Amino acid sequence: MNEELLEIEDLEVSFATEDGLLRAVSGVSFTVSRGETVAIVGESGSGKSVTVMTLMGLTRSPNSRFEGTARLQGEDLISAPEHVLESIRGKEIAMIFQDPISALSPVQRVGTQIAEQIRAHEKISKAEARDRAIELMGRVGIPNAKERVRAYPHEFSGGMRQRVMIAMALSLSPSVLIADEPTTALDVTIQAQILSEIRRLSTDDDKGVIFVTHDLGVVADIADRVLVMYAGRLVEQGTVDEIFYDPQHPYTWGLLGSVTRVDRDPPRRLPAIPGQPPSLVRAPQGCPFQPRCPHAFDRCRELPPLTVRLPEAPGHLDRCWLEPSVKRAKREAAGRIGLTEGAAS
Amino acid sequence: MTRFITRRAFSAILLLFATSVVVFGIFEVIPSYNPARAIAGRNATATTVAQVSEKFGFDKPIYVQYGNTMKLIFTGQVIDYSDNLNVVDQFSQRFPVTLSLVVPAAILWMLAAILLGSLSALRAGGLLDRGLMVAAIVGVSIPVFLLAAVLLYAFAFRLSWFPNTGYSPLLSNPAQWAYHLVLPWVAIAALSIGFYSRVLRSNALDVINQDFVRTARAKGLSQRQVFVRHVLRNSLMPIVTLFGLDFATLLGGAALVTETVFNLPGIGQYEATAIGNLDVPPIMVGAMFTAFFVVLFSALSDVVYALLDPRIRLTG
Repeated sequence: MNEELLEIEDLEVSFATEDGLLRAVSGVSFTVSRGETVAIVGESGSGKSVTVMTLMGLTRSPNSRFEGTARLQGEDLISAPEHVLESIRGKEIAMIFQDPISALSPVQRVGTQIAEQIRAHEKISKAEARDRAIELMGRVGIPNAKERVRAYPHEFSGGMRQRVMIAMALSLSPSVLIADEPTTALDVTIQAQILSEIRRLSTDDDKGVIFVTHDLGVVADIADRVLVMYAGRLVEQGTVDEIFYDPQHPYTWGLLGSVTRVDRDPPRRLPAIPGQPPSLVRAPQGCPFQPRCPHAFDRCRELPPLTVRLPEAPGHLDRCWLEPSVKRAKREAAGRIGLTEGAAS
Repeated sequence: MTRFITRRAFSAILLLFATSVVVFGIFEVIPSYNPARAIAGRNATATTVAQVSEKFGFDKPIYVQYGNTMKLIFTGQVIDYSDNLNVVDQFSQRFPVTLSLVVPAAILWMLAAILLGSLSALRAGGLLDRGLMVAAIVGVSIPVFLLAAVLLYAFAFRLSWFPNTGYSPLLSNPAQWAYHLVLPWVAIAALSIGFYSRVLRSNALDVINQDFVRTARAKGLSQRQVFVRHVLRNSLMPIVTLFGLDFATLLGGAALVTETVFNLPGIGQYEATAIGNLDVPPIMVGAMFTAFFVVLFSALSDVVYALLDPRIRLTG
């Protein structure tokens, strides 16, 4: 965990829309090391998908603006020209998408689609690429790969299609693997299989993995570190234990509080964070969570920096003005947040 | 596949029968329609007309007349009433001319429409796209007879780049053949290029936003590969259906305006004359000829559809 594979600094992504400039991602900085799995969590529209798609250059359009840098082994992905990015995409940094049903072309055989990616980066014959595709399909647990390589996506189940996507993403052993809610569209049982498949294949070698999800159960399962995003900003980051046992930002409390738990009596109503996420076109002054935060006070009108607030946890950063001791008291009063009762220890 | 062919063949027979009945029936209700008078000539006496009427069976009940006409058509003995020419011979002599006109024009309009539609989709909203849109609207709205006349005036009469009108057979001199047909090809293709390229553009813009195109980009394919292999391939299907129908009706004689203006002795020109003379046999043969191609090409476009999209199964 010492070599930084990917360093993102002050990433800003905005889109020109009819209503004005939409700031989808503001001032996001984080790193991913070799062998590390970083989870990005947050509700829909918090900018987590935009962040990772920007790393792939998939948000580039005449209407989008970028600032900041995202260095993959020294090469800046934000300012890289399209042809450089083409040689990096799929080879150095690969992505598994949310919906495997629509992410594969309906009119090409799955083997062709995997082979196409290999041939985009390596000069090998069609037959060789096909053999590689068969081998990859076997590796991700698709039975009868030799025959299934000629099948079309509609002949596969959702889980099998996601396996094809994984085979494709891993086909050139990228150093960074991005999984954008890879299990959201799948059945619960298949979710578990796909998760363990991703974990098995990505921890074999020393890849960095970015895992975007809104499923905190998945995060606890798979991640080393967690980034919490809200309204295009990082509001908290830390290890899984730090985030789950000692969450610092009231938004994180809200997220954790809305998880139902098997070790407690079911609540009469599922707890939810009141209110709506703010508009990204006209963002509120100061802390973006302030309008929904039950603990907001005067100082919240000024944007808190993302910084270390607990001396004993130097990797645990958050964006909240409240004193850690005050926060602990408030959490204990609320009673439901954190995995152990009174997580102050 | 056998089932598909059987069912399509059966529906073709039904359609041909229905077409022939409807076309034949139309002439029964046309006021003052009297084929005997047309055959007998302008100065014929009432007795001559009656004799002709009896000889050709126009005095028989309509279903007998229909049966006789169909028998003549299918034994190849049917003659037209204006010039006493064998209609089937006329069709077989004239069909190569129509083929020479329609096939290259179809290739031209498909290639141009795919190229221009792709360019507008890739540069959607840009200057090129807007320019092509104006051109497409002009191409779609200008009537063929006007476009053909303008082309003739400009390129044949004023500039003398191309011959005035007429046809030269492909086998005797291919260069002369093409030289005579360039203007007609352009006249036929213009409308379809405009329409097809707009349809392709809007399909391509729908497909570009699909997830699998994003996947293709994420794989590291070049923009060109993404467009040709993933966007274009998935945008072609509606065009295939359009093409099947347009091509079929043109082969069946729908190019009659172009053939008439450019004086090309094709099926369309023959049909135009026959319609002017209310000459039933050629009109019936022409209608059935068109219906046959429509059935054939709608079956073929279904086959192409199934080839383009593996999710589609061929059923009758």
